[in-house]
Amino acid sequence: MSRYAVGVDVGGTFTDIFVLDQQTGQVATAKTPSTLDDQSRGLAEGTGQVVADFAEIAAIIHGTTTGTNALLERKGAQAGIITTKGFRDVLEMRRRDRPHTWGLRGDFTPVVERIHRVEVAERTLADGTIHTPVDPEEVKAQARALLAAGCQAVCVFFINGYANDANEREAAAAVRDVWPNAYVTAATEILPEIREFERLSTATLNAYLQPVVSKYMDRLDDGLASRGFRGDLLIVQSNGGVMSVETAKAQPVRTALSGPAAGVRAAQAIASAAGFPDIITCDLGGTSFDVSLIAGGEAALAAQTSVDFGMVIRSPMIEIATIGAGGGSIARLDAGGLLQVGPESAGSNPGPVCYGLGNDRPTLTDANLVLGRINASRPIGGKLDALDVAAARAAIAAHVGQPLNLSPEDAAEAILRVANARMAGAIRLVSIERGHDPARFAAMPFGGGGALHAGALVHDCGLRGALVPRFPGVTSALGCVVADMRHDRVQTVNRPLAEIDAQALGAEMEATAAELEALLARAGVPFERVERLYELDMLYLGQTHTVTVPLALAGPLTREAIADAFASAYRAAYGRVLEKIPQKVMNTRVAVIGRRPAFDMSVFAPADGRAAADCIRETRRVYAGGAWHEAPVYDRLALAVGETVTGPAVLEQPDATVFLDPGLAARVDAFGNLVMERA
Amino acid sequence: MTRPPETLDRAELDPVTLAILKGRFEQIADEMDATLFRAAFNPIIAEAHDASHGLYDAVTGETLAQGKSGLPIFVGVMAFAVKAVIDRAGEPKDGDVWIFNDPYLGGTHLSDFRLVKPYFWEGKLFCYLASVGHWHDVGGNVPGNYNPVATESFQEGMLIPPVKLYDAGEYRGDIVEILSANSRLPGSLYGDLQGQIGALDLGAQRMDALLAEYGAETCAAAFRALKASAAEIMRSEIRALPDGTVSAEDFLDNDGIVDAPLRIALDMTVEGDRLVLDFSRSSPACAGPVNIARSTTVAACYVALKHVFGDVPANAGVLEPVDVVTDPASLLAVEAPKPVGGYTETILRLIDVVFQAVAQLAPERANACAYGTINALSLAGTRADGRRWVMFSFFGGGHGGHSDGDGLSHGNAPISTATIPPLEILEAAYPVRFTEWALRPGSGGDGAHRGGLGAVYEIELLEEQADLFLFGERGRFPPKGINGGGDAARNRFLHPVGGEMVEPPMTSKLHGAKLKRGERVRLETPGGGGYGDPARRPAEARKRDEEQGYV
Repeated sequence: MSRYAVGVDVGGTFTDIFVLDQQTGQVATAKTPSTLDDQSRGLAEGTGQVVADFAEIAAIIHGTTTGTNALLERKGAQAGIITTKGFRDVLEMRRRDRPHTWGLRGDFTPVVERIHRVEVAERTLADGTIHTPVDPEEVKAQARALLAAGCQAVCVFFINGYANDANEREAAAAVRDVWPNAYVTAATEILPEIREFERLSTATLNAYLQPVVSKYMDRLDDGLASRGFRGDLLIVQSNGGVMSVETAKAQPVRTALSGPAAGVRAAQAIASAAGFPDIITCDLGGTSFDVSLIAGGEAALAAQTSVDFGMVIRSPMIEIATIGAGGGSIARLDAGGLLQVGPESAGSNPGPVCYGLGNDRPTLTDANLVLGRINASRPIGGKLDALDVAAARAAIAAHVGQPLNLSPEDAAEAILRVANARMAGAIRLVSIERGHDPARFAAMPFGGGGALHAGALVHDCGLRGALVPRFPGVTSALGCVVADMRHDRVQTVNRPLAEIDAQALGAEMEATAAELEALLARAGVPFERVERLYELDMLYLGQTHTVTVPLALAGPLTREAIADAFASAYRAAYGRVLEKIPQKVMNTRVAVIGRRPAFDMSVFAPADGRAAADCIRETRRVYAGGAWHEAPVYDRLALAVGETVTGPAVLEQPDATVFLDPGLAARVDAFGNLVMERA
Repeated sequence: MTRPPETLDRAELDPVTLAILKGRFEQIADEMDATLFRAAFNPIIAEAHDASHGLYDAVTGETLAQGKSGLPIFVGVMAFAVKAVIDRAGEPKDGDVWIFNDPYLGGTHLSDFRLVKPYFWEGKLFCYLASVGHWHDVGGNVPGNYNPVATESFQEGMLIPPVKLYDAGEYRGDIVEILSANSRLPGSLYGDLQGQIGALDLGAQRMDALLAEYGAETCAAAFRALKASAAEIMRSEIRALPDGTVSAEDFLDNDGIVDAPLRIALDMTVEGDRLVLDFSRSSPACAGPVNIARSTTVAACYVALKHVFGDVPANAGVLEPVDVVTDPASLLAVEAPKPVGGYTETILRLIDVVFQAVAQLAPERANACAYGTINALSLAGTRADGRRWVMFSFFGGGHGGHSDGDGLSHGNAPISTATIPPLEILEAAYPVRFTEWALRPGSGGDGAHRGGLGAVYEIELLEEQADLFLFGERGRFPPKGINGGGDAARNRFLHPVGGEMVEPPMTSKLHGAKLKRGERVRLETPGGGGYGDPARRPAEARKRDEEQGYV
């Protein structure tokens, strides 16, 4: 009998497990140390803590950092590239950029070495004409040479393959004839989109990841099968949807942001249930602050991202804006005497001064501690027994207080304000700069520290409020369980609208959607419903940046309908349309989403909560707004539904601390969330 | 040392508000940049980011804050453009927007159109907002306006003095008609102009929100304090250098008219917390278009110093402790109508000599010279169906080695953050086919840390005929190494003449040669100079260079 849906998020320190009993609607969570040499071991062990019989598991949905880590640590496989004669260096030449605007420092080492980038005679022109046919025997010879040189994976990439992939397909088939494993990537199979560097980089990173991710998937499959698991194993993709193991092995580049995407997906589900369709997620880590936007219940997607300088992945991903401001961010005065917090960070080792592991420069966490917002005797994470308040205070006094002539408390509050201002800037970046009014949005903090700053961000950005989920530490695992299955495909058109047969274009897009639906069906997962998204990337002739134009495909598509849809999308983006300039269609984009059954978030509501007054553990002196306050410290998880707490107050739970600023009130909603609003 | 009076403002303004406002000002400028990049029509703005936006002082025009993603050279030069408008504006009115491209007033060259808008708050002038962008074609003798044989600015393009595009909110369509009538690509011009207006509108909206939140007095005090802080950062950087005078010189190949080298010479003096950059020994003004206005010289010094001292902000205060000395008769301080279209080449050389001089005082802080030429290549013609086409692009090269490591291969020029358009986009838009797009082995200067590699681009024509123009440099004088590092390979351009591939007489400048269907041109760009004694290059680095074919 298969009753459980299990979400598993493997992070750097802990593997979080979230189990939903689909029969009773009950949930259970577990946390176990990550096994970074082989994530699959911790995954199976952690799941075993909650579910005794693996045969009862219907699906395991997994957010993985295997691919992400292999990219960041450059631990992918030795790969080769077979390309058009004259173009072996496209990967290394990038788009002629540099890592930093100022300073001219920094170098770039591509993941495929120059000696493993080989050429064959072939050429397709921009209009799709084959200028020089490819010779499969030459391709095979080059493939054998790469094998002899020790390459495990290979990418076939031909110039203008987006316009006509005949040569590339023939070459890929030739390579597959001689290649001893499945690790052959054809660039246009991954991304049939114009722009050679972006396409090649995406396809190369796919080849680079394929052996690592495939082997991991196999170990995972075997390990789970040996414990009796016979359900579906699904992998979270960077676009927030899930895919089958088969797809993940063929297109591992789609797992690059698997972990964070699951977190955003969880936020989306929690917030929608709570009646907050518009939220901004805020994940405060040790060195960075990540924000992403969910508007009208949908997460914003970015068309491409850079994992590192020159490591571009072009595929739809949850859009995450990152700034260098985390708990370990160091506060300092610059040469002009101005207070700066980050991007330099003490990370988690040595970490903040209060950890006592050797850092003596004050950090954001030290400031929170000195101001009484963090409990010095109950540090989160369980690694340390206590935090050293005196050392944190001394460091703040020495590095910030004395030079600015401020008391240690005022200096600590100044560090907080500067850090909050930077976080607010990141929130403005994803909201105001994209035309969204922050007053409609609530902040949703994740992680242990995000909820310390949520109140300040509500004030600084004029947000509607903040929504603190019941378990900010395990949201990503929850996200796995609620993630939908999603497949995206892009195809370059690059023709003026006037020359396009709109009806045929619409029919092609529908055919693509049917193909993607078949891929969904192959995974064998039950869906509540299946949705299709049709979009065009369009622009005025002469422009190079496109706007996304959503299309409704009901009945035959017409040029007029496309032109109208473009006009409204362009006006929404730039506040004006341009007269008399021809329009062009650059790409078609089709997405198919299999909506997985929702579950009732009210299972998070505390069943036997207590009145607020009965949840006060102690009172603590907390500094806010230039004065000390006697603030109650609540046991957050003990608060009953409907209870309200007013700031200043601290709410503690094992995986997070919430600080409620003066002037704010927080109430426990029917789903166990804490809803913070102006009092 | 005496305290500058501005620090009084700083004492009045709490340091935290100041830090917050600094971020907000920069965000407004960044957002103006982003708006134009997305809306622009021509790839020089949209892809190459040859544009810039900022906030400027209401009285002096000095830079208060500038976007981080715009073209670095504009950070220094825009203050001159705004000052030029202030000098002419008389009593500015709310809703005015000025437009001009006069390079003798606003620096750089005719291709850069500047829009300057007085920003009013509660009925009073508060500051200026400005936008500058490189338009695709502004008339003149050569499509794309890099005319290597211009001897007067009249041959480079139209020159528009500061005039009102909006008069108290009223749009002057007649001005736009004059501009459009003087361009080969009026549609692109119109689209870019609309994008720039949109960026200024957005900047004004964001300023409204900021001033409503913080008040005009606080923001004005923050502007003053940030300027003082920038000056102080620069002073502390200068103090860290040893006192003394060092000299460096480098050469431009020629001016495109007379085939004789032109000297760019620098005598740099550090004295306590002051820095003097004296370019007096440079060549006199020349006949061809590698002259620059003094405003451009000052801006280029800012770019060079910001590469060496990365922490200094984009703010007028940075240049307070710096004296830039030029001889009015030299090619670094010309006035109308001396041609200035090739200003990029001259300022790149100017940055090279600053790097070479800094290397003598503080070897670990400087880079060896980067490739040092933008190679503006223009292929233009008419298609079989009568449509006119102009493919105009800049090409990349290597960066210099430095104390941390080898130079970057195929980077962008130090004056820009431009990316190169994808060759697939170029092939889709123009009747050309690239037959090679590759690194150029052996082009980086040898050294303990090798220079990055330049590139090879070979292009074949797919239409009947095209006209060919090139504006480049470093064909005779290769990018130099520093601290004992070797020079990079020089620039090399080949085109077919009588069945043979030859270099132009001026090496990297060519005007109006013809290319026929199936013929090719080949551009081989310089790498970067080497850093430090080649004998100190580790054996394994040399082995790797050989194995990978980098040398």
